[in-house]
Amino acid sequence: MNQYPWWKNALIGLVIVLGLIYALPNVYGDNPAVEISGSHGATAGARTLVRVKDWLARAHLPYLRATRTDKGIQVRFARAGVQLRARDLIAQKLGSHDHTALALAPAAPRWLRALGARPMYLGLDLRGGVHFLLKVDMHAALHKALVEDTRTLRRALRHAHIRYREARLGKTGALTLRFRNKTQTRLAKRLIAQRFQDLRVLSTGANRLRATMTRAAILAKRRYALSQNLTALRRRVNELGVAAPVIQQEGDSRIVVELPGVEDIARAKEILGRTATLEIHMVDDKDNLARALAGDVPPGTRLYYNRHDQPILLYRRVLYSGDDITNASTGVDSQDGQPVVNITLNGRGAAINARVTRHNVGKRMAVVYVEIRSHLKRTSNGVPVRGPDGRRIRITQKIEHVITAPVIREALGGSFQITGIGSIRQARNLALLLRAGALAAPVSIIAERTVGPSLGAANIARGFYATLIGFVAIALFMAIYYRAFGLMAATALAINVVLLVAVLSVLQATLTLPGIAGIALTVGMAIDANVLIFERIREELRNKNTPQASIATGFDKALGTIVDSNMTTLIAGLALFWLGSGSVRGFAVTLCLGILTSLFSAILVTRAFVNAYYGRRRRLARLAI
Amino acid sequence: MEFFRIQRDLPFMRYARTTVFLSALLFIAAIAALVVRGLNLNVDFTGGTVIEVQFPVATKPSVIRALLARHHYRHARVENYGTASKVLIRLPTAGANSKALAVRIQRLLAVKRPGATVRSVEYVGPEVGSELADQGALALLFVALGITAYLTLRFEWRFAVGAIIATIHDVVIVLGVFALFHVSFSLTVLAAVLAVLGYSVNDTVVVFDRIRENFRRMRTGTTAEIIDSAITRTLSRTIMTHILTQIMVLSMLFLGGPVLFGFALAMTVGIVVGTYGSVLVASPLVMWLGLKRDDLVPRKATSADRP
Repeated sequence: MNQYPWWKNALIGLVIVLGLIYALPNVYGDNPAVEISGSHGATAGARTLVRVKDWLARAHLPYLRATRTDKGIQVRFARAGVQLRARDLIAQKLGSHDHTALALAPAAPRWLRALGARPMYLGLDLRGGVHFLLKVDMHAALHKALVEDTRTLRRALRHAHIRYREARLGKTGALTLRFRNKTQTRLAKRLIAQRFQDLRVLSTGANRLRATMTRAAILAKRRYALSQNLTALRRRVNELGVAAPVIQQEGDSRIVVELPGVEDIARAKEILGRTATLEIHMVDDKDNLARALAGDVPPGTRLYYNRHDQPILLYRRVLYSGDDITNASTGVDSQDGQPVVNITLNGRGAAINARVTRHNVGKRMAVVYVEIRSHLKRTSNGVPVRGPDGRRIRITQKIEHVITAPVIREALGGSFQITGIGSIRQARNLALLLRAGALAAPVSIIAERTVGPSLGAANIARGFYATLIGFVAIALFMAIYYRAFGLMAATALAINVVLLVAVLSVLQATLTLPGIAGIALTVGMAIDANVLIFERIREELRNKNTPQASIATGFDKALGTIVDSNMTTLIAGLALFWLGSGSVRGFAVTLCLGILTSLFSAILVTRAFVNAYYGRRRRLARLAI
Repeated sequence: MEFFRIQRDLPFMRYARTTVFLSALLFIAAIAALVVRGLNLNVDFTGGTVIEVQFPVATKPSVIRALLARHHYRHARVENYGTASKVLIRLPTAGANSKALAVRIQRLLAVKRPGATVRSVEYVGPEVGSELADQGALALLFVALGITAYLTLRFEWRFAVGAIIATIHDVVIVLGVFALFHVSFSLTVLAAVLAVLGYSVNDTVVVFDRIRENFRRMRTGTTAEIIDSAITRTLSRTIMTHILTQIMVLSMLFLGGPVLFGFALAMTVGIVVGTYGSVLVASPLVMWLGLKRDDLVPRKATSADRP
């Protein structure tokens, strides 16, 4: 007879129940929320909660629930628009002591959340927000590394008492060294081979030596630049306080940043794209400025300008840089009320700072702001210029200016203040950039997509209704055409959708509008398996087989065909996943997962239903098919 | 309920020359459309900026076009999108600063047309665009190769060749329809085309599976008769699946909104052509490639069986 062993039925039942549980949070969805945490990790207390409730009530901003959580205070809202206005209000009222962030709070009941069940992660086309595709300027990253290498090499040569005439970094990325004689050249070559694994000697002449970075080193530098940029971008995005952002690597030199619900795109862009850092130099006050302005810059120094284009001569050597800054916050100078940035240094920075300032009291120290911008090289009428390899040429520009050059009054330690910044807003941006760390290499936005929240909601509604109506039509058609079997298939199809939604929720795969199309398509194609099976059963019945035998043979014979035909679609889906990006990848994910869940539901679930309904009857005269 | 109670096998293969000839004509027409009119590639592939604006009242594209032209945006293409109050503004990659351009246009509209809200902005840099086009072509090639390999492994090379030719025929016709009617071809449509590829092969495999089974089961009969029987016996399933999938896709076409329109259109055309192609193109090809019983049924008696 057609019977599944009890454990098989139990297993199928278990999978369905799990599917229902993990698909359930999607019914509740997410609430936009504002989270308030105290400064320096302290939790915002009950008093703050009362005040926040009061502010919101006075501003007529309706909220669903305001509660204390283990992280601080969470206020839930019905709509994202209210959430944004409330965040601005709360941030303004609280001042700089507490940190406010946007968040998405699952609206599902507590027991569901305890099981780890979360709603699907909606893509930007459904949620609204900004999508950036950033390109990391690897050329600049490598150049930076080479400059660093040149500097260390010079130092090493001096230490080893190898006299060199010149150590210069060429435009092609090759280092050229010139020496007085053959012996020095040979010694230098040995030094590079022993101590500089990153460098490879290209050619040696009698008094010349050319070296460049090894392929492995280039690869390592690229990887470092990318991962360092990812980390820095992640920190910056955190500072922006966006709910559920995505910062992902794509390919070997690109980064995807998705900021759901962000409205102030200009600020987001400004913060993301800037590669600002600070460099601390000593000021050359030995009356060399006039000489330098006349064109005779003393060795070891360089001319810089401040914000007002006044020249200042600094020593080239960087004492320490933004990398050594652990914290930066804004404040107001107690004497003149001007904005200041308070800086805290790490151990290395603090040690250097202490040593340098102790020996140089009375001298000046300059804080230099360094930003790297890159843009395409263009002809006068705006057409990008292409290099010999057909690629567009990118110009990297280093913008440097001296923020301030105060006189060292006493030995400093691990923290100090920068003054003379300008407006409060500039001070805040500077602090944010310093806090979030510098980018290892400049980035540029090469694609950008903004979706308004109302469009996102409309997309969800459209996708949902299109799928629902298609589903109902298919279910009706099946029930009419295959009667009892059709009804069972329609139920299995519904289970298929539930399972697919559950899997997508558990994996937290991004659901996009094409992803919804993928679900719809899966529904259409999943039914194919049932049609194959039912047509086989009808055929067996036509060949005068008994109903029970027809069921068994029908399922068996159709199985091979079902697997073969789904495998080809799976190949297409995997290729899409492999090559696609963004929304197309979303489609590929739902298509591939949908094929797997549909195999389960169309074969096992339908069979379990058929077994339960017909399986026990010994004298079965006819089937409702 | 049953639509098809076919007693005798229908002689599909007798008309194979006619059906394949018609398909070939359609195929050539599609290629002609692609060559003459070309695909209307959208911003995903060409690069540029697209701004979707919602106006409070129905707004003619010509008005907005004139407004933009007065402010030095002569290259802007403006059209209604979905409803009469929604407008899509396309700007070619103006080089200089396509993103800043979008911001300026937003500001301009805010001043000149209060109440207009920008619903979405899309900027794709030129290098990303051409790369996506390359990746798309690569994906098509990869899928075609993957499917050929799978079918060769599971069936026989003749089946793989037949299936892949029929599938390419389906995909080209879908692309031809997009070229002929100048429907915007986006990344989402490309995804649909790849899904058509999968779907169309899926359909072919079902028929092929039956051909193989028939060869093993039916002791007599020519290749043509066996293929006819296979097609006839799967005809009911072919049409049912076709109807059901089409229901879903039509639902998307009519209810899915403008974003899914291209996707649904590609699928709609793809399902019709795919169904037809798998039955009336792939099978004759397999026959003409010289498929025989021996290719599928393993010889029984070998020397190892005898004592």
